[in-house]
This record gives sequence, structure tokens and C-alpha cells, in this order.
Amino acid sequence: MAKNETTSGALSLALLEEYRPYLLRYALLQLRDNPSAEDAVQETLLAALENRATFSGKSSAKTWLTGILKHKILDLYRKQAKEAGQVSLEAELDSGAGDFDTLFQPDGHWQTWPQAWADPLKNLENKRFWEIFEICTKLMPAHTARVFMMREFLGLSTEEICKGMQITATNCWVMLYRARMSLKLCLEHNWFGGKFEGT
Amino acid sequence: MLTCKEVSMLVSQSLDRRLNLLEWAGLRVHLLLCDGCRRFRQQMAFIRRACRHFPG
Repeated sequence: MAKNETTSGALSLALLEEYRPYLLRYALLQLRDNPSAEDAVQETLLAALENRATFSGKSSAKTWLTGILKHKILDLYRKQAKEAGQVSLEAELDSGAGDFDTLFQPDGHWQTWPQAWADPLKNLENKRFWEIFEICTKLMPAHTARVFMMREFLGLSTEEICKGMQITATNCWVMLYRARMSLKLCLEHNWFGGKFEGT
Repeated sequence: MLTCKEVSMLVSQSLDRRLNLLEWAGLRVHLLLCDGCRRFRQQMAFIRRACRHFPG
């Protein structure tokens, strides 16, 4: 953490602006839409400027700003879900059923044995990895992606997600399962090189 | 004995809720015996970790 981040008085507009590229990347990953991501970041920076007196300096400015941005993203998710409506959500749930059946043999064993991902944590420092990661999240259906982002990026519990999206816990788990499976497959094909081990 | 497919769902759900004793025991036994599902669990753990480490 830089020294000038630790006092609230130092949170000038210029300093806040330095975080814009990071915040935009974060918002883009989750909102999958340039204008909404830019709006969310703009609102975040404005809210931060307005409320900079409440910034305690206990966390880094980046963490604080990300926290504000998460709230903005969540608001947008709720709006998007409302606009799309329950019908499209149900349709998405139905259409995705059986998507991963090909991964398994009829008796429930793996068709394609999961491979060991080499040195996974090292990938997190790799810029190219995150580009692939982002592309992979864009392959998820819209509602599924939202539920996944709420759970894994915004850190909501499934209860909170169920309430917000008006879905049952079971449907929530199904969507999270599908999101993780699709991410796993995409990363496997496009990043971990498809070097299958085992039988 | 749970199938790999069932185990894959339970592994995912274990990231979202507390499994009941029966599910938990079934999962444990299966993972003990199945290489593939152990790797799958590591992959799921990695995905969670990746999301928490979004780079800045």
C-alpha cells in the first residue's frame, strides 16, 4: 500500500483517477458491457469523492473503491435481472439441462478424465491468463454468469443470491455448477493446453 | 457409491452450502478412491481462488 493512500485527506480526484483502469477492468469482467462498466466506475469514483471523509485508511484505497464498485455492480445486476424477467431465467435453466452430459459416461464415470492443472497459482500473475479467463466467463449464459459473479466476485451467500434473483436454492446451485463446469472446460481447452493425463 | 457425476455436483455445492453428513461421507469415500474427482476438486478450488485474486 502506498503511503499517500493511508489518510483520507490524500484521496484527491487525481489519486482516485489512478484507480480507474483497474476498476474498469474489474467492472468489465462482470458486466460484459462497456457502457454499463464505464457508468459503474464513474459512479464509484464520484461516490468515493463525495464520501472520502468516511475512508478510514484501515484498508487500502483500492479495496475501499472495489467495495463501492461491488455495490454498483450488484445494483446493475438486480436491474438487469428484473428487465430480463423470470421467464428468460427459467428458459435458460431449461435449455442448459444436460449440457455437461457428454463429460460423463452413461454410468456416471468421467468421459474425459480431469487433468492436473500445472502450477495453477502461477497463472494468476499472468496477464494472458486473465484475458482467457474473461473470454471464458463471456461464454456463460447471462443469468448463469450473473449468479456466478455474485457468488465468486461479490462474495454473496447463496441465500442472498436466491433472494435477489428470486430463484430457489436448488436452481442457484445448478447455475453455479454449470458456471464452474463451463469455466473449467474453457480454461482446460484454451489455457491449460488440453494435455490430458490418466486414462 | 456415488458416481463421478454426482460427486462433481457435490464438490461444487460444497463451495456454496454445508453438506449433510451422508453427502459428506459419500464424497469423502469417493474422493479417497478416485483420482479424477480429486483433480476435479482441485480445479474447482483453483477457480474459486482465481476469482478472489483478480489482479490489480
